[in-house]
Amino acid sequence: MIEETLIPKVGVITDVRKDTPDVKTFRVVGTDGKKLFKHMPGQCAMVSVPGVGECMFSITSSPTNEEYMEFSIKKCGCVTEVIHSLEVGQHITVRGPYGKNFPVEEDFKGKDLLFIAGGIGLAPLRSVINYVRHYRSNYGKVVIVYGARSKDDLVDIEEIQTEWMNEPNMDVYLTIDRPQEGWDGHVGFVPAYVKELGLDPNMTAVLCGPPIMIKFTLAGLLELGFDKSRVYTTLELRMKCGVGKCGRCNVGDKFVCKDGPVFRMTELDELPDEY
Amino acid sequence: MLKIAKERLNELYAKIAESMGLFIPIKKAGEVNYHVWGEGKEVSLETLKTVKSPKNAFFPASENLMKFKTEGKNLEIIDVRWDKSEKPFVIFGVKACDYKAIEVLDKVFLADPVDTYYQSRREAFTIVTLACSKPEESCFCNAFGVDATAPKGDVTTWLDEKYLYWQPNTEKGEALTQIVADMAEQGGEAEVAAQQAATQAIMEKLPFASLDLSRFQPENLNELFDDPAWEEMSEACLGCGTCTFVCPTCQCFDIRDFKTHEGVIRYRCWDSCMYSDFTLMAHGNSRTTQMQRFRQRFMHKLVYYPSQNDGLYSCVGCGRCVNKCPQRLNIVKVIKTLGGKDND
Amino acid sequence: MKDVEMKMLERAKALLGSGEVARVIGWKKGEFYFDPVPASFESVEELSDFVYNGFCGANLSKYLIQMSKKEGKTAIFLKPCDSYSFNQLVKEHRIVRENIHVIAIECQGKLDIEKIKAQGVSAVTEVEEDGDTVKVSSLYGETTLNKEDILLVKCATCKSKTHQAKDEEIVLHEMPESKNNRFDEVEKLEAMTETERFAFWKLQLQKCIRCNACRNVCPACSCIKCVFDNPASGIAAKANDSEFEEKLFHIIRAFHVAGRCTDCGECSRVCPQNIPLHLLNRKFIKDIDGLYGEYQAGETAEGKTPLTSYTEGDKEPNDVVDGEAK
Repeated sequence: MIEETLIPKVGVITDVRKDTPDVKTFRVVGTDGKKLFKHMPGQCAMVSVPGVGECMFSITSSPTNEEYMEFSIKKCGCVTEVIHSLEVGQHITVRGPYGKNFPVEEDFKGKDLLFIAGGIGLAPLRSVINYVRHYRSNYGKVVIVYGARSKDDLVDIEEIQTEWMNEPNMDVYLTIDRPQEGWDGHVGFVPAYVKELGLDPNMTAVLCGPPIMIKFTLAGLLELGFDKSRVYTTLELRMKCGVGKCGRCNVGDKFVCKDGPVFRMTELDELPDEY
Repeated sequence: MLKIAKERLNELYAKIAESMGLFIPIKKAGEVNYHVWGEGKEVSLETLKTVKSPKNAFFPASENLMKFKTEGKNLEIIDVRWDKSEKPFVIFGVKACDYKAIEVLDKVFLADPVDTYYQSRREAFTIVTLACSKPEESCFCNAFGVDATAPKGDVTTWLDEKYLYWQPNTEKGEALTQIVADMAEQGGEAEVAAQQAATQAIMEKLPFASLDLSRFQPENLNELFDDPAWEEMSEACLGCGTCTFVCPTCQCFDIRDFKTHEGVIRYRCWDSCMYSDFTLMAHGNSRTTQMQRFRQRFMHKLVYYPSQNDGLYSCVGCGRCVNKCPQRLNIVKVIKTLGGKDND
Repeated sequence: MKDVEMKMLERAKALLGSGEVARVIGWKKGEFYFDPVPASFESVEELSDFVYNGFCGANLSKYLIQMSKKEGKTAIFLKPCDSYSFNQLVKEHRIVRENIHVIAIECQGKLDIEKIKAQGVSAVTEVEEDGDTVKVSSLYGETTLNKEDILLVKCATCKSKTHQAKDEEIVLHEMPESKNNRFDEVEKLEAMTETERFAFWKLQLQKCIRCNACRNVCPACSCIKCVFDNPASGIAAKANDSEFEEKLFHIIRAFHVAGRCTDCGECSRVCPQNIPLHLLNRKFIKDIDGLYGEYQAGETAEGKTPLTSYTEGDKEPNDVVDGEAK
């Protein structure tokens, strides 16, 4: 029978990593042990536990990983709560990839890149950051600013500390909201930190995190002289189909599932403020 | 053109039903809707507006998408898609506005990636349309370029006191004509032309005959979105889904899972952007007020959908919302308030 | 009726003009004579499209849940039957009585445009009310109909013409009490065999399209989050899994409003498929009358209700289940 986008593939969980008290990263392959499908950084997939529900998640792993996919999932609703209870060997369903990716092969090429993430907002950025690392010579300087509520809420801290921080021509700045025992790094909110750092406004910036962080960080970037047309972010709205048919994730005449989730700030400026 | 004597209509239905499933307006518990024809059913072709539109045939209110079998940690997906070669169907009596609505739905469901559930039904159906001869005050299909007297479809029909006039338009329509040919005779062009002229004269006199849609352009999207009039227009809205469910073009759906003793069934069902949980996520809701939901519905029909589909509006002027909104809100009020200077 | 409308408009202007109230809830003109829309007016200027006629069937009381919490006083026009819903909402602490000015208005029974169309009149353009008759003009001709034949279902079996709550009154003509025959249809259902009754409801409820209009319009359905909308309830669903699953929704709803439903009839008025939903509620009202003595929800804004108060003489649950209580 012909392909149907709503009918998913069966995936097997091959690894579960507890990143923070409420974030786990799940490694998934097909029942044949191979990667389920190809994707590009920033794209998403519908993951489901049959009987519970299906939700859209960004694919955290880099497309350059040809063995498996990873999803970093924060426990915050009825589906993610069940996903968090799943163990290695459990079958789930996955379909995708959906949406537009970051323009890593177009606008990002040859540019200095600034990645700013808050909390679970690192999930979609991890994919693009690792993609950039893989094709390192295609891009200029990379700066990463990542913040979370506490040091325990920093997702993928091991990879950040052992790999990203040792990558040439790549600066990583971490911050947490409040002082904490055992943390000698920066303390403070991401937007303020970004301003403090006095970043080069000629960089292409990617923002991902809670709406409030995005709002204030964007304001900070504009103050520093960043150009909105070179600032990207991702949106998240309720989705059911993933392909622009079920009608619920639109902002104005754009569907986040199909026309997003990656948007240029200048594109968002043209849309109604309803996200 | 062919014509079939009105008193032989039942015979016609029976003949079609021998080899095909026949959906036709039938009165059941007082209301006329499309149901499967059977001997003794009360067919009501004269009913101008079925409560539910024909979209139900292609996009059912609820349909199973797949089943899951679980065994321990293992999972198997069972494709339950309907095999269209099983049986062909006919939907009979579709009005011009409702046919236009199917074209609107096609743009959504048949766009890449094709929705195969919709596609298989769409392909299995032969659509027989019926021209209107007695439009009513809530009709405004002409505002959306629909000619109520000359609907498209695989076969177009016209009905008067004596005959059903029959004009096949497509291969599917020709095939259906073969089935009913022996009860038909040639002729009817003059009668049809006369009926069309008479109906068109009425159409021009309808209260909503000249609605101005000129302001509903993609470039006015933000201006329309921010218009203060939405607040007042939506004030009485109950947040029910009546307008959505009787609308022939509303196509939003929900996908949910249902646990049965034989495994999990994943189904989709009609959903309404008027409902408070439509955009609800674990961490928030992008539309928290009824005004926002109300605005979404009409902006989608008049601005967002046209912007995505080369200017085609996703309202066809059937007037069902005009008749059925419990508090008498409807798209005509929105058009008159925001559509352009020529509305009163 | 025109004089009633004039008087109402006059009062609305006075109340808004003097600043005594911040808003008036009434009806505004629709596209036709027969489709007035519930509206709130916040200034004298806004009253330019104020209307009150034979098609103002909507019960406005539920709007007070939101409106009475706004700043300033809210005036509202209530027909006799709407005043019962109003009292019930006050009793359930859903609306703030002190913030409301109730204007009790005359009602001679409200009309149903669908019933007019069912009489074979299509493309209605004008309606003129004249006592017991209604003159209907359409693109296809004119006709005069008896008002009695085109009343809303709820008005055809009007339970009372007495206002149960009012701060002032606009009643210019006598409102004759109609013969209260509202339990006749319930008795017909009771006279059926179980199989017949099941078939009746199955045929009717199968028409349900799950639009929730009955629930959303119902003044007794004032839950902040309905169980059918709550994903955590396990029964939140927008679709039926069998052709007769809708009974679950309607029966649960009928149970939930039992003893609180004033029989305002809005559920049947708004149903797009014309399901006689009010009959479910009326059956409960009739049973409660039989079991606990005559009780009319919304007659007062105080006091206990039969289902929430205990007396030693109460029927035992098994009497009710076994049907002895009839």
